[in-house]
Amino acid sequence: MALTIRSISEETAPTPAQDLEKLLAAAAVFVRRHAIASIYHAGSGHPGGAMSVADLLACLFGAELNFWPNAIDDPDRDRFVLSKGHAAPALYAIGAHYGFCDSKAALGLRKLGSAFQGHPHVLDLPWVESSTGSLGQGFSVALGMAMGLKLKRSSARVYTLLGDGELQTGEVWEAAMCAAHHQLDNLCVIIDYNKLQSDNRNDAILRLEPLAAKWRAFDWAIAEIDGHDIAQILATFRRAGATHSRPSVIIAHTIKGKGVPFMENIASWHGSVKLTRAQAEEALLALGANRNEIKEFLDVDGC
Amino acid sequence: MSMAADTLQQIGSRAVSLDEAFGRTLAELGGAFSNLVVLDADSAGETGAHYFRKSHPERFLQFGVAQQNMMAAAGGLAAVGLLPVVTTFAVFCLRAVEQARLSLAYSRRNAKIVASHAGLDAGPDGGSVQAFEDLAAFRAIPGMTVISPADPVETALATRAILDFDGPVYMRAGCHAAKRLFADDHRFEIGKGRILRDGSDVTLVACGGEVAHALDAAELLANDGVSARVVNMATIKPIDRTLLVRCAAETGAFVAAEDHNVHGGLGSAVAEALAQMSPCPLEFVGIKDVFGTSGEPGELAEKFALTAPHIAHAAKRAIERKRNIAGRRKNFR
Repeated sequence: MALTIRSISEETAPTPAQDLEKLLAAAAVFVRRHAIASIYHAGSGHPGGAMSVADLLACLFGAELNFWPNAIDDPDRDRFVLSKGHAAPALYAIGAHYGFCDSKAALGLRKLGSAFQGHPHVLDLPWVESSTGSLGQGFSVALGMAMGLKLKRSSARVYTLLGDGELQTGEVWEAAMCAAHHQLDNLCVIIDYNKLQSDNRNDAILRLEPLAAKWRAFDWAIAEIDGHDIAQILATFRRAGATHSRPSVIIAHTIKGKGVPFMENIASWHGSVKLTRAQAEEALLALGANRNEIKEFLDVDGC
Repeated sequence: MSMAADTLQQIGSRAVSLDEAFGRTLAELGGAFSNLVVLDADSAGETGAHYFRKSHPERFLQFGVAQQNMMAAAGGLAAVGLLPVVTTFAVFCLRAVEQARLSLAYSRRNAKIVASHAGLDAGPDGGSVQAFEDLAAFRAIPGMTVISPADPVETALATRAILDFDGPVYMRAGCHAAKRLFADDHRFEIGKGRILRDGSDVTLVACGGEVAHALDAAELLANDGVSARVVNMATIKPIDRTLLVRCAAETGAFVAAEDHNVHGGLGSAVAEALAQMSPCPLEFVGIKDVFGTSGEPGELAEKFALTAPHIAHAAKRAIERKRNIAGRRKNFR
């Protein structure tokens, strides 16, 4: 695997808090641009949820996870499982940004012969940790990892990112009860709460509220945050890491399609949708890309 | 390393359940397999997992009545280097087939699923619980090995074998006492069928509890002057094609007998192999695409036509078909 790091910003060594936040914000922008480009090239995919998780993934991979491209089999690494597997384009993008995979190869999203399937597959890309895409299962897998790491007396932590619609699966609440019972304080669930799912608003499909009260009743440590506020995300991860004897859940309020005005808060951009050239350009422009950068993302050999 | 020797000694000449043989073997091997963890969904007392709970409480993981979470969590446990054995009833494995598919097989996790109360073994619990579909469902998952041992001895050996084997496995056990068929020196190898009794007119291929019925059927047939071969096909997937081809050449007619729907289980696996390699008459003894009902397993085996006389009758039909085909060929000469 090529370990090229493609960043839109120059990475700098010193990282006082504000510099770090700036780097993470830049990583999130890269995630959004790359995901738009890969979904454009694929001719299908789920852009809405990929946009809403970009800041959370940037903070996880850029600051929180003890997980490095040159040590993806370290038994004591932190684990991240993308339970909402349909946000794969965002996962591939953050992986490309931090050197877990090749950026250009990841633009082969959803194509025959590409390792970057529509939903992550661990045999194609070991660093994605588990094959996901059937909602609810990634959470259970993460729970199993957390349980196993505790048995092995490892200090590694396990993070998993769930969609809000995913919370309608019964398996999620089986896992929620189980993690609390077993006091898995090394497990952190992050909910991408953008209030929209495939067909409509959560409220119109199957109501989730009162959501925080549900998790509280299941005896989890809870934080409710703005899932696009990088300083807040980082601070919340630190607090989650310090919880004792309870698993932690971060309910991250997000905007579906965040950063691309014509997608924001519109359920039909959940996916699986086809982006036209004009739409892809408009999205990249909105994400601050200049003409050259747009060309670089959209005019790619072999895509 | 011991081959579950203590367990075999404890079984002795008793008719014990496959669950007991499985549970005792797990407990015995818990020391040798230091990464072994056993997952339970509030049924350890009925699946044999309670032996391991007693011997290795720290590695006995309770999931409550939440089999989907348990099945997928096994994938996470395997991913961090543990060797998970999921224990529950066969019918609840069906509930979690998709978790076994994605989080175990598709992710190629080294996890084992061992199911009690499969088929008529659920007996008095009735049709709700009697799973006649599990072999079909798990056989259809790529990379999943499917095993149904015939007696307590074979169950102990198969338990050891699946722990040694690298890959996802679905294995049936059972809660009812099962007659001991095999001696301590019995050998079990994943993917290998075994001829238990030789014969030349027909081959009776069976798995699980039907192996004992097939042996009895061969005895009945012998009394009628029919020479029946009995094959114990403990591994349903991958099926032992080499042995089936040999039996086709040597006997030319088959009966497949299983405590499972005739659609999708052992009979189907045998039919697929024969159709492709050496077509010959095959009769099916199994549940005829219906649901079960309450009763003792023995009574139910009678009701659903799974006992020795039924297998013997099917054997005669298969032989008759073989003769008709041979006769037609002769007429054409």
